[in-house]
Amino acid sequence: MGRYVARRLLLTIPVLIGASLLIFAMVYALPGDPVRALGGDRPLPEAVQAQIRAEFNLDDPLLIQYGKYVLGLVQGDFGTDFAGRPVLDTISSRLPVTATLTAVAIVFEIIIGIAAGVLAGLRRGSFFDNLVLVTTTLVVSIPVLVLGFVSQYALAVRLGLFPVAGITQGLYSYLLPGFILAATSLAYVARLTRTSLADSLRADYVRTARAKGLDRRTVVVRHTLRNSLIPVVTFIGADIGGLLGGAIITESVFNIPGLGRAVFDAISRQEGAVVVGIVTLLVFFFIFFNLVVDVLYAVLDPRIRYE
Amino acid sequence: MRVPTRTTRALAVATAGIFALSACGGGSSDEGSGGGGGDGAAGNPDGTWSMYIGEPENPLVPGNTSETEGGQVVDSLWTGLVEYSDTGEVEYTGVAESIESDDNITWTVTLNDGWTFHDGSAVTASSFVDAWNYTALSTNAQGGSYFFANIEGYDALQAETDADGNVVAEPTATEMSGLTVVDDTTFTVKLTEPFSIFPTTVGYTAFYPLSETFLADPEAGASAAPIGNGPFQASDPFQQGVGITTTRYDDYAGEPAKSGGVEFRVYTDINTAYSDVQAGNLDVVAPIPPDAIATAQDEFGDRFDEAESSSFTYMGFPTYDERYSDPLVRQAFSQAIDRDAIVDAIFQGTRTAADAAVAPVVDGYREGACTYCELDVEAANAKLDEAGFDRSQPVELWFNSGAGHDAWVQAVGNQLRENLGVDYTLRGEFDFSQYLPLADEKGFTGPFRLGWVMDYPSAQNYLEPLYSEAALPPNGSNTAFYVNPDFDAAIAEGNQAASPEEAVASYNAAEDILLEDMPIIPMFFGLEQFVWSENVGDVSVSVFTRVNAADVTVNG
Repeated sequence: MGRYVARRLLLTIPVLIGASLLIFAMVYALPGDPVRALGGDRPLPEAVQAQIRAEFNLDDPLLIQYGKYVLGLVQGDFGTDFAGRPVLDTISSRLPVTATLTAVAIVFEIIIGIAAGVLAGLRRGSFFDNLVLVTTTLVVSIPVLVLGFVSQYALAVRLGLFPVAGITQGLYSYLLPGFILAATSLAYVARLTRTSLADSLRADYVRTARAKGLDRRTVVVRHTLRNSLIPVVTFIGADIGGLLGGAIITESVFNIPGLGRAVFDAISRQEGAVVVGIVTLLVFFFIFFNLVVDVLYAVLDPRIRYE
Repeated sequence: MRVPTRTTRALAVATAGIFALSACGGGSSDEGSGGGGGDGAAGNPDGTWSMYIGEPENPLVPGNTSETEGGQVVDSLWTGLVEYSDTGEVEYTGVAESIESDDNITWTVTLNDGWTFHDGSAVTASSFVDAWNYTALSTNAQGGSYFFANIEGYDALQAETDADGNVVAEPTATEMSGLTVVDDTTFTVKLTEPFSIFPTTVGYTAFYPLSETFLADPEAGASAAPIGNGPFQASDPFQQGVGITTTRYDDYAGEPAKSGGVEFRVYTDINTAYSDVQAGNLDVVAPIPPDAIATAQDEFGDRFDEAESSSFTYMGFPTYDERYSDPLVRQAFSQAIDRDAIVDAIFQGTRTAADAAVAPVVDGYREGACTYCELDVEAANAKLDEAGFDRSQPVELWFNSGAGHDAWVQAVGNQLRENLGVDYTLRGEFDFSQYLPLADEKGFTGPFRLGWVMDYPSAQNYLEPLYSEAALPPNGSNTAFYVNPDFDAAIAEGNQAASPEEAVASYNAAEDILLEDMPIIPMFFGLEQFVWSENVGDVSVSVFTRVNAADVTVNG
């Protein structure tokens, strides 16, 4: 197990290098002149533009720029944005915000998604089952942006149940945006759990367990749920990485100062160092959580062995 | 089948928990919106309020803040040499007691006593001279550097660049020879050329003073809480994505702020800010999002207002392109456009049709100065025929993508097609960072959209930086590549005039020359709509489209 984890962790190094180079190349390939755009209608003086280009190595070819960037990284320098703010500051002030939002979303996914899926799976064909099917279909088919604005207007502006925007009310501010962020995945989790549970309930070992005279609760919780949660855990694990990155829309709608917004702003200003710094971090989290999921398999199903 | 009881209970508890939390939220947000109604004449002098801003581009340093978002905050934290009245005239209510000159070249600035920075240090002549030198020096990469270009010795502070824009030599000086500190409250400014409206320019953000604390270590200063000399002071640094909270500065030497403090809240999406003011959690949104304009007046009633802004939208002609080199063609295009129709149909009356090249917010604006800005289809067609314009080829209309220009540029195209019988193609595929270099490189093949927001309230600011020979790219914004020595001479005459009134007459003459040659066609002047909550009163917007934060009162 330890060797397995170590090997997986070592593997992240080439992945991170590849990913960051790829992102760097994509920002590099964006057309236009970000330094010229800084001035807007009135161009900055040439000497000032030259100063900024030199500071950010914008005149160098791609590989040299990347090389200088990595060299800086190795020395602990994540670079700065055009305004001179260290990228590390941006990340450290915004990561906790996005992490909280993601955590709230995951909790919703786990509690509501799995509960709805289990109930629907146990009572297939019932009213509740149909309700879950209809609502999940609805949620999946509505774009997150629409869902966000509608719920914000109805629940926050009109009814005043939640804050409209911002994070000034602590954890409570994260509930509505967290739910919206989780909505789509939550629907998938519910459906995945339902199907998976329904399949397991028909399996031979469940029939055997019942035939042994075990009571229903033991059969469902001990024998069925544990097995049927494997695909669900896989999904949620992969989803954590996705949520971190996918928070751009939710963070904009609810004005949450997280990484999603930072990366959006940075892309629109073509600030390579910021984009690469944040996205590479997200890639790392994605890999990390997938590793955690893989390790969790062994807990859920002792038959799964590593090496 | 029966539902397992434990699961049901868990679900019930979870659901109840969520509803309980919702109930708490309802209570607290009700409290937030329950401010006293009406315009409390006295108000609460220690009450605080909040307003919307977008994310500033740069740290809050005056010399590097040229956009509106940061400008709003910097404006509240600093006070310059002069201030401007609602109609854009210079008022000596700032740090300067007087700014005088005999020859329009050497200016003597005398400061009032008693002005201090938020850290307690005095605002002296050096606070200005050092700040200006800091901003002008190209290695400091301050966006406001060009404002000092007409001060003697500015060139020595600029690093030398080669044709590709690479630095080949460092600046040869760090201080402009034209700036001299006489004593603590006096300094002189020597310009390279006469500039009669110099006192009008120095109220702008880039000319604000900087404290010694900042200048000793600008890098640390930029990331710390900004130290200004304005009506509000900040105790904490600006928080990216969140904003900044300020309190009234009690030792302020000017007219004190009428509230206890203001919180500038950053919103990524202005629609969210608007929702927040609807819900009563935010006090001022200026401007309101375009989508809300149709309903805002009904919804907010007397808490809705409108102000003229300095923004000017125009379409430039590529005068370097043979097809548009004849002024007759350009006049014809201008006369074929019904600006009012576009204002009504597309902007729902939130802009005004431009009838001059100088906006109404400044002294020197003349109603109807543009003779060819009225719709006259017959005259337009006659001119086009006379010029021998090839109508079989479509006209290419350029604009930058993703900034909401599609609809009105298309409307212009439709009118050209209808009134002149020329087909059009829309060229809106480039974003701003590609569009601007294209403008600088003579890349446009047809009329192109551009806009201008003034730096200081003067007709000169709407003319010289946009159409003079000295403003040809890459140095300035003359992207129509218009050159007319008569125009430049009239501007120079205005710059050397003995009085502001005489200067205006010359600038008007320059505007007349411009509007006869028509290298650009004026399109719209800006109007800014804004709303506020029941919590505040006396909300107004300056000619710079900034909320006059110090004037806002808090009710109750």
